[in-house]
Amino acid sequence: MRSARLHDGAGATLNADALRADARRESFGLLALLSPGLLLVFAVIIVPIGWLFWLSLFDEAGQLSAANYARFFEQASYIKTFVTTFKVAFTVTGACIVLGYPLAYMLSQLPRRAAGVCLIFVILPFWTSVLVRTYAWLVILQRKGLVNTWLMDLGVIAQPLSLANNFAGVVIGMTHIMLPFLVLPLYASMKTIDVDCLRAGMNLGASPAATFRQIFLPLSLPGLASGVVIVFVLCLGFFVTPALMGGGKVIMWAMRMEQTTSLYSNWGAGAALGVVLLAVTLALLGLFQWLLGARATGVWSQR
Amino acid sequence: MSMENSLPISHRQRLWLYALGGLVMLFLIAPSVIIVIMSFSASSLLQFPPREWSLRWYESYFGSLEWRDATIVSVKVAVMTAIVATLLGTAAAYAVNARTLRLTGAINALLTASLIIPVILIGIGTFFLYARVGLNNTLTGLVIAHTVQALPLVVLTVLSGLRSYDMNQEMVARSLGAGRFSAFFQVTMPQIRFSIVSGALFAFITSFDEVVVSLFISGGETTTLTRRMFNALRDQIDPTIAAISTCLIVLSIVLLSAAQLFGRGR
Repeated sequence: MRSARLHDGAGATLNADALRADARRESFGLLALLSPGLLLVFAVIIVPIGWLFWLSLFDEAGQLSAANYARFFEQASYIKTFVTTFKVAFTVTGACIVLGYPLAYMLSQLPRRAAGVCLIFVILPFWTSVLVRTYAWLVILQRKGLVNTWLMDLGVIAQPLSLANNFAGVVIGMTHIMLPFLVLPLYASMKTIDVDCLRAGMNLGASPAATFRQIFLPLSLPGLASGVVIVFVLCLGFFVTPALMGGGKVIMWAMRMEQTTSLYSNWGAGAALGVVLLAVTLALLGLFQWLLGARATGVWSQR
Repeated sequence: MSMENSLPISHRQRLWLYALGGLVMLFLIAPSVIIVIMSFSASSLLQFPPREWSLRWYESYFGSLEWRDATIVSVKVAVMTAIVATLLGTAAAYAVNARTLRLTGAINALLTASLIIPVILIGIGTFFLYARVGLNNTLTGLVIAHTVQALPLVVLTVLSGLRSYDMNQEMVARSLGAGRFSAFFQVTMPQIRFSIVSGALFAFITSFDEVVVSLFISGGETTTLTRRMFNALRDQIDPTIAAISTCLIVLSIVLLSAAQLFGRGR
């Protein structure tokens, strides 16, 4: 470092100045490293969304108005879209809890090695294209698909069941896609539960069921909550599976946005839908963070 | 009874749990397995298990100019996205890790924004922006859009690598006279290279599998594989897609194993 004479006051000030300049240079350097990434995100995400928000405030005649938002309450088709979206989101989230909790619990109780092997069954689908998985479910569930062929060959049913191109198909396909988003954070949080707590409970005479209900379950709830929030939020804005498996009958929020902008070129209305979707998403994530002090995006750093 | 989990419950008492977990695992993996098997079927009907085997759907995939062009576009975009996202993401993660900047919360929020914001909104917004600057249906546009989506994964992966690395080593190198860059490239990077490679692989697969944004901003000569698949699925169920899907599944397995392998070297 620079030679500094610490014994006199002038030297100390000189030194402090040099240090401050050094710190500033350091900060500029770091900022320079950050700026390309930040600029890109700003230009491609923040700017267009701000622009769309601005557009949503004007009606088709170019007048400032709330017409784009008012129609959500007035037109039955919009209300139906919202109802469908929330119905799908709640059903899928519920199904993910029912399927995901036992799996995560099992993974957390298995020895390390076995758990590692079983985790592949969660991680591999997680990293398989959503399109591939939706295609698979179409093959399995459609009218002449595998399930119907099997059941009819076995004589269980005479007429094919309608499993794809309707609500059931969308829910099954989406549950498959969302399940890892619930299992991974839940498993990670279950791994941190101290086995000694459970052992103490059983030592004190609690049955396995009581130990689970009174100790394990409450301790696993924060992990479950973060999985639930992320699944629910992803469901609200999900596009691919409902578009391919809904058969044109199950119109969800994101499909509505696509139709309004691509098909009808009504940017104001589509933008308003997007703004409300974003607001709901951020509100739910914010509420979650405020209640539990954790970030729901943690799921991505674990995969 | 294993040592690490010594609860006085036997595996036998837990059979129901294993059965339940096994069923859920089956639910998760079965669709992929079925598609892989069906891709070797000789019939254009959906039969499982197939009565006769053939490679005709693979021939139809590799023989089709349209599918081949789309695949080449996707590979090009994914490679460039992986390179750009890894460079920008590693630089950003390094800066975030130093924790000397103010507004760290805002910076993190901005860097990970694309994980939280609904993809459909990013798609529409990008299309809207690109229409004004002429980037729709271009490779550059696709790479930029995919980089934004891959960036958070690279940042998070590299950050987790940096967290388990002692930054003092770099300080020592610098106090011994190394410049900032040579200290990073000679001391830090060799030790976090596994996270960087993992991040690059995640970026590649994120770009390669991306559907929604590509639906809006790709088309014509730059139609990506996923966009073409999406449109094909909307019309009819062509078994060629089973062959393509199998290739995508194999790609996922290869990249994941590579990431796992590199992760272990950490």
